[in-house]
Amino acid sequence: MMLIYILKRLVYVTPVAFGVSLVCFMLVHLAPGDALSAVLPADATQETINEMKAAYGFDKPLPVQYLIWLWHVLHGDLGTSIATGRPVLGEVSRAVVNSLILASVATVIGFTFGTLFGFVAGYHRNSVADRAASALSVFGVSVPHYWLGMVLVIVFSATLGWLPPTGAGPDGSGNWRPDFDHLRYLILPAVTMSVIPTGIIARTVRALVADILAQDFVEALRAKGMDEFGVFKHVVRNAAPTALAIMGLQLGYLLGGSILVETVFAWPGTGFLLNAAIFQRDLPLLQGSILVLAMFFVVLNLLVDVMQTALDPRIERA
Amino acid sequence: MSVIPSAPDPFAHDRGGPAQPLLSVSGLYKHFPVRKAGGKKQVVRAVDGVDFNVLKGETLGIVGESGCGKSTTAKLLMGLIERDSGTLLYDGQAVGERAMPWRSYRRQVQMVFQDSYASLNPRMTVEQSIAFGPKVNGVPGREAVERARALLARVGLEPKRFAGRYPHEISGGQRQRVNIARSLALEPRLVLLDEAVSALDKSVEAQVLNLLLDLKAEFGLTYIFISHDLNVVRFISDRVMVMYLGRVSEIGPSDTVLDAPAHPYTEALLASMPSLDPDNRTQVALLQGDPPNPIDPPRGCRFHPRCGLAEPICGDKEPPLDAVGPLHRVACLARQPSSGHSAAPARALAA
Amino acid sequence: MNAPITASAMALDGGVLAPSDVAPEAAFVPSRGFWGHVGHRLVRDPVAMGAGALILLIVVIAILAPWITPMDPYKGSMLRRLKHVGDATYWLGSDELGRDMISRLMLGARLSLFIGVTPVLIAFVIGSAIGILAGYVGGWLNTILMRTIDVFFAFPSVLLAIALSGALGAGIFNSIVSLTCVFVPQIARVAESVTTGIRKRDYIDAAKLSGASPLTIMRVQVLGNVVGPIFVYATSLISVSMILASGLSFLGLGVRPPEPEWGLMLNTLRTAIYANPVVAALPGVCIFVVSIAFNLFSDGLRAAMEIRQ
Repeated sequence: MMLIYILKRLVYVTPVAFGVSLVCFMLVHLAPGDALSAVLPADATQETINEMKAAYGFDKPLPVQYLIWLWHVLHGDLGTSIATGRPVLGEVSRAVVNSLILASVATVIGFTFGTLFGFVAGYHRNSVADRAASALSVFGVSVPHYWLGMVLVIVFSATLGWLPPTGAGPDGSGNWRPDFDHLRYLILPAVTMSVIPTGIIARTVRALVADILAQDFVEALRAKGMDEFGVFKHVVRNAAPTALAIMGLQLGYLLGGSILVETVFAWPGTGFLLNAAIFQRDLPLLQGSILVLAMFFVVLNLLVDVMQTALDPRIERA
Repeated sequence: MSVIPSAPDPFAHDRGGPAQPLLSVSGLYKHFPVRKAGGKKQVVRAVDGVDFNVLKGETLGIVGESGCGKSTTAKLLMGLIERDSGTLLYDGQAVGERAMPWRSYRRQVQMVFQDSYASLNPRMTVEQSIAFGPKVNGVPGREAVERARALLARVGLEPKRFAGRYPHEISGGQRQRVNIARSLALEPRLVLLDEAVSALDKSVEAQVLNLLLDLKAEFGLTYIFISHDLNVVRFISDRVMVMYLGRVSEIGPSDTVLDAPAHPYTEALLASMPSLDPDNRTQVALLQGDPPNPIDPPRGCRFHPRCGLAEPICGDKEPPLDAVGPLHRVACLARQPSSGHSAAPARALAA
Repeated sequence: MNAPITASAMALDGGVLAPSDVAPEAAFVPSRGFWGHVGHRLVRDPVAMGAGALILLIVVIAILAPWITPMDPYKGSMLRRLKHVGDATYWLGSDELGRDMISRLMLGARLSLFIGVTPVLIAFVIGSAIGILAGYVGGWLNTILMRTIDVFFAFPSVLLAIALSGALGAGIFNSIVSLTCVFVPQIARVAESVTTGIRKRDYIDAAKLSGASPLTIMRVQVLGNVVGPIFVYATSLISVSMILASGLSFLGLGVRPPEPEWGLMLNTLRTAIYANPVVAALPGVCIFVVSIAFNLFSDGLRAAMEIRQ
């Protein structure tokens, strides 16, 4: 039954994935001017331009270009960065690892605090704790996170001098490693990014917990003489599928939406890469990074769906 | 001065004369496709060959268990869903053809739905809802509103108090009165009441039923009254039609059908009916056997797996709807002469 | 032949005006209508009213900014750079080019609100049209439109905004276009589900039975019931849109210098976080305050519209 469900989801996701690839492909052709104009010298002869166009395949009709591009993509070839001349896939993979570290840590922080606040608020409706949790969740979704990052840098780096303001490590290298020195660099961007998921998860968990506690079966459990911890375990079991699903989706949003925070902290991730690609008008790199991030989000959505269905027997696998 | 040019005489704008049925339904089919796990295409035989007439000025009750095709039949009669096949003759003219297009048919046939709240637009006042029909049919705005107010008064809602109210501001019984008023706004000859009183409290239900009887006499209406409640149907109907798994199993005068049923299914329905005590409305399932599955109905007589009179022939031969008495027709081999069933009467009754 | 229907005629009709069904309440309550109820409830919600007042104040400042700024927001002085908040001349300090902060923040409200609210407004119109069409017509049209929208849902909204903006190039117009593209699918999806829900209601069937044309049913019966929920959803997007629009300017993809816009100001003041951290953070406070005000107002509106029987 579960296998059939997974197959059904795959059948549904495939056209979406192709749609995503088409959008990514078309992005380059939305761009004003020519994809090559950024790298070619202003006095390039028509011959050089044509030669370059042929080399990158820009001389063929669009549908053909798309099919050729798709063929390469399906074989793991995302093209060559116009700015650096290196394969896009390698550039993107390194950046994705760094972004994934940042987004995962932020998600874990957000999930921990979000569920904590959510449970307290859901258990004590209309108390001070509940109001604080509501205020926190409104804060989380309303605060411009790039500004929050700046404020944290101002407080903890510029004023107190406790933590480094930018970069992923002391040596200025592009790769994060799990040691104490690198950890100090991770704290500020991760905390900044965790604010949104904290707010959203707190809001969801509060509603879930309050809903579950209001249901008849909880009353029945208490009437049967179950202690509060036993009831709590039931609440957790019932709230977990939705809360975990929200967490999974938040990881995807953070990974795709990290560009602003990564720019503030000069974190060498996908956001930083995108920024560079946009301002150097390195269109293959832009196209490749967006495709990778969007596909990651599609796959994550699929995994979250399947996981939620597996965990929650109430969802029909139809 | 009257703003509702009512027609108290049911034959006032009659074409075919009193003997011509107002609505004649024959060979009505509707199958809904469903896809079961495994991808095999199947159909729900919601309405599977239904024939009946609605006589001028009568109330025809339609009863049956839920899922027997009552509501689908109603929607087919109103053209809200498209029929697979079958003909509707309205006063002798085929509906949907040039002489009687759906548009003019619908002006003469209206419907009252079960859910009084869902059938009124929550953003429209009661008066606007009633006046909507006349307005889209070319009645000038002020005249339509006047007609709406007169109808409100006629269904027992004082226009001054109720005309400007919104559906959520009035009670369920009041809303159903509004729905009845709306159905009358286009001066129909036939009104289809689909479980129209089923959702109301017993006391309110009785008032609305009385109102329906009054309106029928006053405007010369013909009713099709669909309900699962046999007591209500007995009260309001002249004739009763019993449906089972998308087919008609018995049709006849309500006294005959409900007091001396000929079909074993009707007997079972009557036996499972609760007492007249309105507090005790839960139905005890006295029907034996598996519940019907309209996707894969039994061969032969559809009722035979649950029937006490069933014989081998019932699983082979599909019983036709044949006369067993005056105006009384039954689809059961045990009641039909020379059908091969051992309980069959010896000779045919004069119909 | 035709019996006149009058109040006296129905008074003769015994049993119809039974007391248990009719006239349960003696006092006549004049009907307010749906929006009347919403307004009435909204006025009683202090948080929503406070947020609404704040939005109104900022909008008024934005409109009047060119005439009420205390100093010229474009004229700088390198000698008076990065004055602190509370300065006698520069009340909220001065920026990295010595321009008056309060004047720039006031004028900045114009562009920030414009590039933040406009995409939601345009997306509200386009998204509603697509969603209502898909929901009302249904069938294959619904399938095509909704599957296309699913593709755009496969992108996280920040990524989509930046991808489109990055591909189109910097500028106010492009930033509005790309944010509109982000919000159209979201609004269309909500509009579709609301419309599909309404289409199945019995009152739509009743309207069909009265012989009304599909266009009339859409205009009179459907539109009034779907626009409210879609509108509330759209207001909840303004906050996100403000943050994203200023974010695009912050990245250099939106408004270009020397125009004052909060996100752009935040970017150019990043160099000043050591010299004058409070002034550097000020534009962000503005974005935050407007964003939170829109969120709270939208929450209040949603709560006020939840009218049950």
